[in-house]
Amino acid sequence: MGKSSKVIEVDRLAVRFSGDSGDGMQLTGTLFSHTSAIYGNDISTFPDFPADIRAPQGTIGGVSGFQVHFGQGVTTPGDLTDVLVAMNPAALKANARFMKPGGTIIMDVDSFDSKNLQKAGYKTEDPIFEDKLEGFNVIKAPITSLTREAVTDLSLDNKSVIRSKNMFALGLVYWLFNRPLEHTQEYIRKKFGHKPAIMEGNLRVLQAGHDYGNIIQAITPSFHVSPTESRKGIYRNLNGNKAVAWGFLLAAEKSGLELFLGSYPITPATEILQELSERKDLGVKVFQAEDEIAGICTAIGASFAGSLAVTTTSGPGLALKTEAMGLAIMAELPIVIVDVQRGGPSTGLPTKTEQADLLQALYGRNGESPLVVIAASTPVNCFDYAFYAAKIAVEHMIPVILLTDGFLANGTQQWRVPEDNDFPEIKVPRTNQEPKAYKPYLRDAEKLRRDWVFPGMAGYEHRIGGLEKDAVTGNISHDGPNHHLMVTIRQEKLDRVANYIPDLEVMGDESADILVVGWGGTYGHLLTAVDQLNAMGKKVALAHFTYINPLPKNTADILKRFKKILICELNLGQFAGYLRMKHPQFNYCQYNKVHGQPFTVHELAEEIINQMEA
Amino acid sequence: MDNHLRFMSLQRKSSIKWRLEIMSETKNYTFTDYKSDQNVRWCPGCGDHAVLNTVQKAMAELHLNPEEVVVVSGIGCSSRFTYYMNTYGFHTIHGRGSAIASGVKVANPNLKVWHITGDGDALAIGGNHFIHTVRRNVDLNILLFNNQIYGLTKGQFSPTSKHGFISKTSPYGTVEFPFRPGELTIGARGHFFARTIDRELKLCVDVFKEAARHEGASVVEILQNCVIYNDKTHDAITDKEHKEDRTIILEHGKPMIFGVNRNKGFILEGINLKIVTIGENGITEKDILVHDATCEDNTLHLKLANMEYPEYPVALGVIRSVKAAVYNQELNNQINFVQRKTEIRKFRDLAIEGDVWEVK
Ligand code: SF4
Repeated sequence: MGKSSKVIEVDRLAVRFSGDSGDGMQLTGTLFSHTSAIYGNDISTFPDFPADIRAPQGTIGGVSGFQVHFGQGVTTPGDLTDVLVAMNPAALKANARFMKPGGTIIMDVDSFDSKNLQKAGYKTEDPIFEDKLEGFNVIKAPITSLTREAVTDLSLDNKSVIRSKNMFALGLVYWLFNRPLEHTQEYIRKKFGHKPAIMEGNLRVLQAGHDYGNIIQAITPSFHVSPTESRKGIYRNLNGNKAVAWGFLLAAEKSGLELFLGSYPITPATEILQELSERKDLGVKVFQAEDEIAGICTAIGASFAGSLAVTTTSGPGLALKTEAMGLAIMAELPIVIVDVQRGGPSTGLPTKTEQADLLQALYGRNGESPLVVIAASTPVNCFDYAFYAAKIAVEHMIPVILLTDGFLANGTQQWRVPEDNDFPEIKVPRTNQEPKAYKPYLRDAEKLRRDWVFPGMAGYEHRIGGLEKDAVTGNISHDGPNHHLMVTIRQEKLDRVANYIPDLEVMGDESADILVVGWGGTYGHLLTAVDQLNAMGKKVALAHFTYINPLPKNTADILKRFKKILICELNLGQFAGYLRMKHPQFNYCQYNKVHGQPFTVHELAEEIINQMEA
Repeated sequence: MDNHLRFMSLQRKSSIKWRLEIMSETKNYTFTDYKSDQNVRWCPGCGDHAVLNTVQKAMAELHLNPEEVVVVSGIGCSSRFTYYMNTYGFHTIHGRGSAIASGVKVANPNLKVWHITGDGDALAIGGNHFIHTVRRNVDLNILLFNNQIYGLTKGQFSPTSKHGFISKTSPYGTVEFPFRPGELTIGARGHFFARTIDRELKLCVDVFKEAARHEGASVVEILQNCVIYNDKTHDAITDKEHKEDRTIILEHGKPMIFGVNRNKGFILEGINLKIVTIGENGITEKDILVHDATCEDNTLHLKLANMEYPEYPVALGVIRSVKAAVYNQELNNQINFVQRKTEIRKFRDLAIEGDVWEVK
């Protein structure tokens, strides 16, 4: 064996698999990311689905992509890609603009016939020339015909042969990155064990792709991305939606409560509902409701009955849950509302990402109705924040909104399975009051939370509801001063959550004049941009918020240390507006984008430099 | 040991068992055991008072432990009910009571959940939740107070107000058709529907007990009088003088006979119900249809539920009561089934299963 060709060592690389939505690119990308993660690379992946479920074959609208960024210190899926796999002309057309100059393009030349070229919108027979891609390392591989050849004697039907093309591409990419085939081979054996011919076909095609690399080694170099030192433990890949679902599972275990989810399918949050529906093994009760309102209302009922209650949705659904959130605030019941943000308003851009639900989460209710708002910042820390959202909800008897977004929800990273003591217990605030003398709105002195008493406990029968309550007896009260007192108490209860959350940290160069500020899902891009600038010797610092309401107690202390504050967010400046209200003593600059896409590191770095020079 | 301390000392799995334990003892109760210390604030003469008393009486006769009972209501006059019950209670938001009640029941199926609602609450703003709750067959007792008016907002027509009904928002009469709660319930594949009248105390108690005993969503329509905004709306049929002739109390297994002289009944003519008189035209009691509330086919139940005065007497009592799979039980069965087979017992089992690798 042994490679005679050049092997180039690099710290990190991005590869994008793209093809028709039927070409199996999501699977190919996922398998590649698994292999890379097992090899010891940090990974970050992001799928790019077509918006329509069944767009016409061969058209740009039907292109499905999956980008994997792997290597050391990887925190984003990468702005641009080093290697593009294009299974047809439409895939090339749609993705050429994401290429890093001088990168490698692997194309299935068999599919580049005039019909497909036309469908993709090419005017000539030479897409490389037409798209000005001559500067790239183009590997024209006859993927379809070599796939056929590899399985000729297996008498597979044409459909099965075509379906295994993606394995050829994957085998070739493994060769390109000097990656072992074992993990994928094992996957194929498991998946197709009951269909021996298809299993054999896929294994052969994978190998054929890899062998093809050996054939072309004289003309193309391959790459090696060395593994990162990681903490001991068991690892797996996890996306943001699954991480949210799993965070709640751990929270249920650590609180000794049953997990209840009331929800309604909505893109891009549905996967959480699906994942928890599967978790009957862990006793999760999932109620797929008739609408978003019933989703949260069943959760509120379950919370009243003593469950750890959760509802999941995206922006339009959050709007529908508004009134019921007010009830949970008034009844002071614990509940977590997950909003996987997407492009809005209205139906907006359902499959795209945005951070424009922030003000809705903070203020979108009638009356003075404060609740906790937390925003996860990476796909895998969706797990942590789901856990802590549940912990705060239960321990403070308060509704919590957890914001994630389409980017976090579908993005994947490697995740270390937590050990038992990595996460704290969740203490359910049961009552110490005597039965018969129980007062539902009596409060704990520190957190101001009321006690949680479940139906079934004799002597504690009580009535709660959406009407204002007397601060002492808990009976209905229409008294003005009492209402003022209760509004103040509910706000104060929220404010005191700040005593239980971590301080805000400064990353990057603390001596910088400029502080870049972000919140939620933009973390990876902001951090990479700031790191890059620091590496170039530019003084830049970063403060990234995950606790939004209440803000960390040291927020003003940090903001005042910098001459310039630049707030970057995927909306028109909602967090900037919020900070202006909470801490009006500072000057805030903004960088905003609403393309339905994450920031690119490149544009952030450019903007930060502009601001430094301004 | 006192209950909450016991609760604290128990782990997750056993806490569910604990719920079962404390719920198994039953005692003798009187209706006063279900009365809260709150002053009842309905208008004097409102039909709600009688319903409250008869619900409390039914609960006592069913020996329900107050701590096992949860009363969930929406918004409206009748939804104040919750505060007058010495049980667990949740006075929620307009129209959403049935969803919240479903959550309570599914979370802890050992609780006895009563959902109090009105014609506006259940059939206008909460229409979607109502039909889906009925369709799913969550084990709830739904008491639908039908006074054909919005009382709490002071007199607007409701989704059960008769066509042409004059109210503050229909000064020239409504131009829309009302819902018939029985038809809607049965149309939503309801398995239990009964009807009663606020002032018929014994019938109320009987019907509420039947509803409670039925496993699944039980809908009871209560023809309730709003003395302030829609007084006497049901009088044509509920009036003492006429009620024997204008209503029929259905009893499972008994011939459908009514009338002040107990000599009127139904036979089938084609696919329609026909009123006949026993002793006339050779009709004897044997010819009269016998009420079968348990028949799965809902055709006849629908006809009975839809009977309106003056063409027909209005049907009271249990019109339909059919056994069917209950949502909360089915869900628990699924969980038990999966848990018997799975190797995943705690979160970590799940987290380290499948595509994982170890760094040593
Ligand atoms: S307004 Fe009508 S329904 Fe409401 S309490 Fe008064 S009488 Fe009863």
